[in-house]
Amino acid sequence: MQGQHNWSILNVRLAQVIPLVIATATIGFASPVMAIGTVAGSTISNTATATYDDSNGTPVTVPSNKVDIRVDELLDVTVASADPGNVVVQPGTTNRVLSFTVTNTGNGTEAFRLTPNATVGGDQFDPTTTSVVLDTNGNGIYDPGIDTVYNAGSNDPVLTPDGSIKVFVLSTIPGASNDLDRGIVQLTAAATTGTGAPGTSIAGAGQGGGDAVIGSSGGDSSDQGTFLVQSTTVTFTKSAVVLDPFGGTKSVPGSIITYTLSAAIAGTGTLNNLSLGDIVPAGTAYQVGTITLQGSPLTDTSGDDAGDFASNTVTVRLGNVAGGQTRSVTFKVRIN
Amino acid sequence: MQILAKWLVFFAATLTPSLAMAADSVGLTSAVFVERELTDSEGKPRIELRAPQLVTPGDRLVFILSYHNQGATPAKQFTVTNPLPSAVAFASTPDEAALVSVDGGRNWGTLSKLLVHEVDGRWRSARPEDVTHIRWTLAQPLRVGGTGKLSFRGTVR
Repeated sequence: MQGQHNWSILNVRLAQVIPLVIATATIGFASPVMAIGTVAGSTISNTATATYDDSNGTPVTVPSNKVDIRVDELLDVTVASADPGNVVVQPGTTNRVLSFTVTNTGNGTEAFRLTPNATVGGDQFDPTTTSVVLDTNGNGIYDPGIDTVYNAGSNDPVLTPDGSIKVFVLSTIPGASNDLDRGIVQLTAAATTGTGAPGTSIAGAGQGGGDAVIGSSGGDSSDQGTFLVQSTTVTFTKSAVVLDPFGGTKSVPGSIITYTLSAAIAGTGTLNNLSLGDIVPAGTAYQVGTITLQGSPLTDTSGDDAGDFASNTVTVRLGNVAGGQTRSVTFKVRIN
Repeated sequence: MQILAKWLVFFAATLTPSLAMAADSVGLTSAVFVERELTDSEGKPRIELRAPQLVTPGDRLVFILSYHNQGATPAKQFTVTNPLPSAVAFASTPDEAALVSVDGGRNWGTLSKLLVHEVDGRWRSARPEDVTHIRWTLAQPLRVGGTGKLSFRGTVR
């Protein structure tokens, strides 16, 4: 049965074989080709038929023996990051999500063991992986409390051939991480029937009673997702300029003090709902209508613009401010 | 009645093979092997044919049909037809004169002359994987005692 194969060893009598009928063009319909391979456990049956005329000219039909081949299970899987790019995070945040798609590229229904690894290197920090969650409702989005938390060995996702599932890996970002640091998490999915060198067979372990064969993936696959820290730092400064009633700079009753509050935002992130505020010092009186933002006057009334004066406090709401910008607020008080 | 019917079936089953043996003066045997690409001790690639113990999608199969006229008279218009199993995509045959069908055996020709109607209504040239049947016809009657082999390759879908 075994030996070097060469077509010439077949005793094919080419000279005897000629076509009786030549069709110039015929009509056929393409049979649909499945994306997946032939399902494990199915049978390939082959029977040929010989027909001829006997000595009386009577047509005779002779079937060959039937050869049945059982298709074995190929163990193959792919894991691919499902995030469009780096996932932006802030230091110290929890339950940050990296998404992966696990696809069964074998031809049998198979369970896959999932293993996250946050210490793969090639990055500036190691996220702390807190849980792996299966996209149970299949909407592709992490739904806390709805999607099922994964426990290795108890709810390994079972995928049909060509079937896939989204997997979310949740992590905590270290508080000490710096702006533009990257942290990588790798997810591995491994066929529970077995992994190893491609071509290795596992007797009797295949779906449908056949063997299982490790496919080109080795029966397991990994991909990486990346967190990118975009942090911002804000530096507040406060300064005062005194103008006394005589044109000098002495702090005497009647002198006007102009306070300047500055917020310098550094980093690549954005500070949300930033506001600057200051309590008018004791022994001084706020001078009505003196709040400015970036040199432009604001009213003391709340709600009509970013600034207001209430409860002896000056407040300016700056909204969301991106890194690299500075905001400056001034107001005046008079020494009693 | 039920029992009688079962007995009749039993007799028919036991009698059929011997009757067939007497009637079939030509024997046709089908064998299927799987091609394995191996590397020999000198690092050269080598192809082996093995019994199909382990078969997975993508494997290449070799189908070999052996015929033998065991009867006392020549077999005229001797034709062998092999429908492709649905899980096997036809690849090639070494016999240039073999005819194939891409429509379940209604029309026959060499592959390059056949067309396939696509789902979108357009026509395209048939490809090997479209083949549903392969057929060989001997130009001369198969003489008494005559033997031969026919073969084709296919890939497990």
